[in-house]
Amino acid sequence: MQKKDNVWEKLDWITVSIYLAMMFIGWINIYAAVYNEEHKSIFDMTQVYGKQLMWIGAAIFIAMMMINVDSKFFVTFAFPIYIILLMLLMLVPIIGTAINGAKSWISIGNFLLQPSEFMKMGVSLALARYISSHDFKMHSWKSLAVIAGILFLPVAMIFLQNDTGSALVFGVFLLVLFREGLNGIVLFFSFLIAIVFVLTIIFDPLVTILFLTFAAFLINYLIRKNVKRNLVGISVFTGIFGIEWFANYFFQGSVSPVFFLLVAAVLSSIAFLIWSLSLHKRSLALLIGIYLGLVLFTVSVDYVFDNIMQEHQRSRINELLGVQSDVHGSGYHVNQSKIAIGSGGFFGKGFLQGTQTKYDFVPEQSTDFIFCTVGEEWGFIGTTLVVGLFMGLLMRLIFLAERNRSRFSRVYGYCVASILFFHFAINIGMTIGLAPVIGIPLPFFSYGGSSLWSFTLLLFVFLRLDASRFEQLSF
Amino acid sequence: MDTFSKRKFIIAGIMLGIGALFILRLFTIQITNKTYKQFATRNVLRKIITFPARGLIYDRNQKLMVYNKAAYDLMIIPREAKAFDTLELCRIVQLDRLDLRDAIRKAKQYSRYKPSIVAGQISPEIYAPLQEKLYKYPGFFVQSRTLREYPSKSAAQALGYVGEVNQHIIETDNYYRSGDYIGVSGLEKTYEKELRGIKGANNYMVDVHNRIKGRYNDGGADTTAILGQNLLTGFDKDLQAYAELLMTNKKGAIVAIEPATGEILLMVSAPTYDPNLLVGRQRSLNYGILDRDSVNRPMWNRAIIGTYSPGSTFKLANSLIALQEHAVSPFDRFSCSGKVNTPIKCTHSHVSPLAMREGIRESCNSYFWNVYRSIINHAANPAEGYQTWRNHLMTFGFGQRIGTELSSEVKGNVPETSYYDKIYGVGGWNSMTIRSIAIGQGEILATPLQMANMVAIVANRGYFITPHLVKAIQDTSRVYRELKFEKKVTDINTEYYPTIIEGMQAVIEETRLQYTVKQDKFIVCGKTGTVQNPHGADHSAFVGFAPRDNPKIAIVVFIENAGFGATYAAPIAGLLMEKYLNDSIAPKRKELEQKLIETNLLNVIEVKKKL
Repeated sequence: MQKKDNVWEKLDWITVSIYLAMMFIGWINIYAAVYNEEHKSIFDMTQVYGKQLMWIGAAIFIAMMMINVDSKFFVTFAFPIYIILLMLLMLVPIIGTAINGAKSWISIGNFLLQPSEFMKMGVSLALARYISSHDFKMHSWKSLAVIAGILFLPVAMIFLQNDTGSALVFGVFLLVLFREGLNGIVLFFSFLIAIVFVLTIIFDPLVTILFLTFAAFLINYLIRKNVKRNLVGISVFTGIFGIEWFANYFFQGSVSPVFFLLVAAVLSSIAFLIWSLSLHKRSLALLIGIYLGLVLFTVSVDYVFDNIMQEHQRSRINELLGVQSDVHGSGYHVNQSKIAIGSGGFFGKGFLQGTQTKYDFVPEQSTDFIFCTVGEEWGFIGTTLVVGLFMGLLMRLIFLAERNRSRFSRVYGYCVASILFFHFAINIGMTIGLAPVIGIPLPFFSYGGSSLWSFTLLLFVFLRLDASRFEQLSF
Repeated sequence: MDTFSKRKFIIAGIMLGIGALFILRLFTIQITNKTYKQFATRNVLRKIITFPARGLIYDRNQKLMVYNKAAYDLMIIPREAKAFDTLELCRIVQLDRLDLRDAIRKAKQYSRYKPSIVAGQISPEIYAPLQEKLYKYPGFFVQSRTLREYPSKSAAQALGYVGEVNQHIIETDNYYRSGDYIGVSGLEKTYEKELRGIKGANNYMVDVHNRIKGRYNDGGADTTAILGQNLLTGFDKDLQAYAELLMTNKKGAIVAIEPATGEILLMVSAPTYDPNLLVGRQRSLNYGILDRDSVNRPMWNRAIIGTYSPGSTFKLANSLIALQEHAVSPFDRFSCSGKVNTPIKCTHSHVSPLAMREGIRESCNSYFWNVYRSIINHAANPAEGYQTWRNHLMTFGFGQRIGTELSSEVKGNVPETSYYDKIYGVGGWNSMTIRSIAIGQGEILATPLQMANMVAIVANRGYFITPHLVKAIQDTSRVYRELKFEKKVTDINTEYYPTIIEGMQAVIEETRLQYTVKQDKFIVCGKTGTVQNPHGADHSAFVGFAPRDNPKIAIVVFIENAGFGATYAAPIAGLLMEKYLNDSIAPKRKELEQKLIETNLLNVIEVKKKL
């Protein structure tokens, strides 16, 4: 065994520096965001900035503890940690406390802990442990099912706790799976789904299905350059649609045209699918498969959006996509947040000179909207610095992950980078109107012990693994 | 062995792509787009206007005619308001519960964050108990204001009143905001800019709940309110009040001018009203009552908008013009056949024939018909003669706005030659056609102000200073800025005035006016008029000035439907001159004074109709 001080030597101090810098900048901005004339001291423990200093101290303590833990501990206990955290998560509906409509907190004395925050680390450990195991094969059904299980259980629990934002975070593990060999089609398909989702909400399913149909024929033509077959295809599609239309007219029915389009798309897709498979044209079959999947997704998006999503979620998405604009209602947060950031200009208004955040125009200014204070008081220089810090951290994490020869460490490293990336993208995206308002914190910046500690744990477990990268050749 | 190693570039690329997208977006929000900065300022900036006290109005002896008293507006910020005991609040501010509910509803409609008035112009008596209970009503606060107060309750029409600005003014003049006050009529309107002062503004930063957090820009953009400027008028407050007392239950107007300066000493329009009625919470109610009184029309300023036939008082102007044109000499005599005289009968019994001095004294219609005919016929043709006469008359200020500060002043009427040409055809009319003008009847119309100005000209022997109410403006450093007024000379030579003045003195001293108007301490000159009125009883008119030499006061008294000028108008003028020049009324005239005050001439029309 190597000596302990070796761990400190091998620790990646670049990442640690970025981590400390982020916490410090975050703390300064929390102070400015809720600055109170009566409590001028940044060390005032009755105020959130004083408390944040306490959380930061505790976070550093946690980080040091993690560094002192043997790296093999995480590998060995990956699954037990996952299971313990999952059980904790299951306890939340029973012993939990509700804040802002999300019953996702457990109060221990004066402290509030959010198990879903720590669950990210649990899932990361479990995924890393499973993917690095010998019986893992990315495209075997069994492996995919296990991964789906690892992801699905906590997501379902968090969804049930009405904390949609935290649940969405788990979608980002797709990036990790992609790195570990998941077919690129899945990532591409997810990307297409996002576009179709936007199209369906901005326009309506009718337009989206017509658009998809047109795109499918166009791609087919571009691949095969066969006009005749395309024309046959188009006539089959319009033929089915025409018959339905006529039948509806003849029997005085009142079925919506969307339904006709859907039936026409499904029937002609099935016909083409059988035909292409019989001719062993796999690429055509794939195209049709993607087409059919997207058409069905379109219809379900419309249904889910109108019938399952809650009103505030609907209006936040509509607001983001410009379908509706109500700066006093659902668009208030984003509008005020953009005003705060935009009013900062190039150099910003200066430390403690911000008015929009300090005077409560921006809601949640010390937690989810902390980036507004950065934008208002430090201007474009400050925001660019913060975005740059995140980019630096993410790139560094990818670099560290790649230099680990242990697959466990690499997968875990990608998990950490992906989770931080998702929080970064959604949180800052929401403050500048590029992402829907989902209440998730900006890592290391936002006020709050629970999130700060969970991100610290997440990061330092990886730094500990990285520090002993030469020890672990297996896994 | 790691076949997917290259995918790290794709993942890093996605992350860097999002980062770049964010920086691009931040660049547009923070640097390219300037509107967010404006929105931010609008978010936090609250201007709180401080209203300066409106300028005071003094009379010629520095006595206060108009000042300000404190009043309070009960305001609400709907967002901060909580459920409260409406009944108690209504009881304290003496407001109807439905009105209160209505006001709160309107305030909410206007803005949930900005203050609105719930109950305006609360008196200090109501404010005191309200102040004690205000803590019970979060969201409510009191804003102090000043209201006009008129201690002598007089000169209502000339001073005018202030009222809330209307939508049109708000849109056209960006000084005013909704709820501001502005002078609506009289001096309050004319001198609005001087009286109002300059509003101050304190810029505060507020939080999202509209709570004040501090001064914006450390008060750098704040402006202090500048007090309104005071007006020093030519009014004699006591004389004005006395004149209004004498005009009790009479309809008409009195204007008195200091001839040497053109300062208006008093301006009465009767029936009048207490100007304090148009102040405070009962304002709109009282306004409605005054405005709807179509019999008395108390808000009309008859002195400047009432146009009357000047009647016999006009004979003075005609005499002067005839002398200037050498149409008659002071010694030319004309005979009179009294009630059977043609073309104008003379109702005054006197010796005949008469020269000018006696003509004026007796107000002989026959004499003045001859005078007027001589003027018209003196020229090559009647039209030219008329034009010459008209040109002279215009230099007296007739037929045009004389140019006081009061914007509602009217022109009166002196027809142009073309007017008669149009009716009778060119060359189709002569002195006979327009004979009524000889005795101040017919088409000729003048305001009491114009008549007063005419007599001021006579008093000055040939010129007048534009009559005006305000003589100086006291600026904020308490320095008086004297206003300059134009001296206008008539084209009647000074040498012709003594003859007229002798006649006017004879009117006072040689007719029965010697018992009512003649004074012991100074010589009064005057001319009565009994103005025929097609709508009812004759109007009683008197113009005069005193003392004869170095005159201090020129006055016109015009009383509608009061009959002979000598009966009411002349004695009232006499009392006013006496009061002004002697400061008191001699005991021997106390009985006359009492009788005049008690005389009610308001129902003359009704009496006549019943007959």
